[in-house]
Amino acid sequence: MIEVNHLTKRYGGHTAVDDLSFTVETGQIYGFLGPNGAGKSTTMNIMTGCLAATSGKVTIDGFDIFEDAAQAKRRIGYLPEQPPLYLDRTPKEYLRFVARAKGIPEKEIPAQLEQVMNQTGTLDVANRLMKNLSKGYRQRVGIAQAVLGNPEIIILDEPTVGLDPRQILEIRELIRSLGKNHTVLLSSHILSEVQQVCTTILILSKGRLVACDTPENLERLFAGKGTVELTVEAGETEIPGILAGVGHIVSSTVKHQEDGACAVTLELDAPAGNDICRDIFFAFSRAGKAIVRMTAGKASLEDIFLELTASEKEEGVQ
Amino acid sequence: MKAVFRHELSSYFTGVTGYVFGAFVLLFTGIYTMVYNLQSASVNFEYVLGSMSFVFLIIVPIATMRILAEERRQKTDQLLYSLPITMTQVVLGKFAALMVVFAVPLAIVCLYPLVLSAFGNVYLPAAYSAIVGFFFLGMALISIGVYISSVTESQAVAAGVCFVVMLVNYFLGDLAGFASSTAYSSLAALALTALILCFVVYWMTKNGFASLILAAVLEAGLIGWYLVDSSRFEGLFPAIISKLSLFERFYTIVNGVFDVTAIVYYLSIAGFFLFLSVQSMEKRRWSE
Repeated sequence: MIEVNHLTKRYGGHTAVDDLSFTVETGQIYGFLGPNGAGKSTTMNIMTGCLAATSGKVTIDGFDIFEDAAQAKRRIGYLPEQPPLYLDRTPKEYLRFVARAKGIPEKEIPAQLEQVMNQTGTLDVANRLMKNLSKGYRQRVGIAQAVLGNPEIIILDEPTVGLDPRQILEIRELIRSLGKNHTVLLSSHILSEVQQVCTTILILSKGRLVACDTPENLERLFAGKGTVELTVEAGETEIPGILAGVGHIVSSTVKHQEDGACAVTLELDAPAGNDICRDIFFAFSRAGKAIVRMTAGKASLEDIFLELTASEKEEGVQ
Repeated sequence: MKAVFRHELSSYFTGVTGYVFGAFVLLFTGIYTMVYNLQSASVNFEYVLGSMSFVFLIIVPIATMRILAEERRQKTDQLLYSLPITMTQVVLGKFAALMVVFAVPLAIVCLYPLVLSAFGNVYLPAAYSAIVGFFFLGMALISIGVYISSVTESQAVAAGVCFVVMLVNYFLGDLAGFASSTAYSSLAALALTALILCFVVYWMTKNGFASLILAAVLEAGLIGWYLVDSSRFEGLFPAIISKLSLFERFYTIVNGVFDVTAIVYYLSIAGFFLFLSVQSMEKRRWSE
């Protein structure tokens, strides 16, 4: 279990992480989500002892990452943004070094190496120099390094960046399988990735935590705001009048299309249920205008993400 | 520490660095043994080492330039920080590996006096104490190189700065002879050195207030001392320089005096610069 308490990191005048507090419980896959520069890497570097915080503290299973560094670090495996590989060595030599540094008994090292290399699919390249390996394999060796010694917590900083789509799928599958026996915390600025892999999402913006929940709960939280998109055969100017009698509509945008119809997007202050859609339908039908297409939508995680991080941006300006 | 040591040592010998280093030391020992002992038929093996001490100007920068700078450039230092090992273990492990790389050719050099003694009357204690002195001199110089490598991210800068520092060190004894030995010039030189020292402290700590206080205390002390007893300043600066010179002390050993204080001095220098290297690695976590 990781506890992060009132963590702040300042670089000169710039605040990268601002009074951040959260708890990572055992046995789940956590996703750290945020636009570039939101403080994801900084937070991860502090959590793993690579960087000192300006104030606040991080404890791993009750061990402070600075005070009881050896105990705390034994419990985490970390893959930084750029895999820290010695390019003039082979994966096997490299992993053997990491295993020794992690204090794995000499007798168990061959078996453990075999196991993590098998798990991460790096057995084929075990004896090739790492400078000749592709980005995907380097990433795997980096993950193997983090997994070695079976730490409870595995922290991966943007593990899929720069990989091709196939490699991304493979790495995701690997992360999912790691999540069965470890607590995994990964960062990403790609929403769909976090959504697919993680059980809990932490959204970070401007160094602050703006949301922390399961993907489903986050969606439900924002499902209160539904949208309806429709295409109607009516003039641009008539539409506001037709819709005047329909409740729950917060705003509407109307766009004239080339075929004479109008594309309308309505934002509601309630879920886009059947009752509201029925009201919209009859409003147009009474006016003698045909609705040719109508879609009720709920706010996607994408919208939530954009909204949360954008509103933060405005606050930052003020 | 053992893990870092073994990893580092095998890096030296899977790559070319360890062999180049050894070959260099052996090449120059070979040439000088040839000239001094064989062609001139001298029995003093210690002079061979005395004359070839300039090899440190080349081998120390080459051996130490990448030791910590490269970790930083390749971002592998992040691995070292996140592993359950301390920076002291990292620096000591790397230093120990480098000392082994240095000891290997010296072990071979240890055979030379024995071989020579089969053909002449070689005074072995002098020869071996010179080899021991050579080893400890190397240890002190290498620790300086390790420190220089720890403050930069670029191998080339580390090598360049290290070469200049070695060069100044090498000629320090000669420079002392050129320095004016009047009391007033000694004061001026010491005052300037104190200022440079304070600037270095400022550069390392970025603490302007403490550096200014230090500068004020040092300068006031120097001037105060000068006013009280200016005769002490006579020739003081050259004397301090030649005392500080690492190479000068080695020449004493070469000349047949096994000076234990020299060994202690080398060990202190090594300890001091390794301590600074550890601090410099620790500091990166705070300022990055």
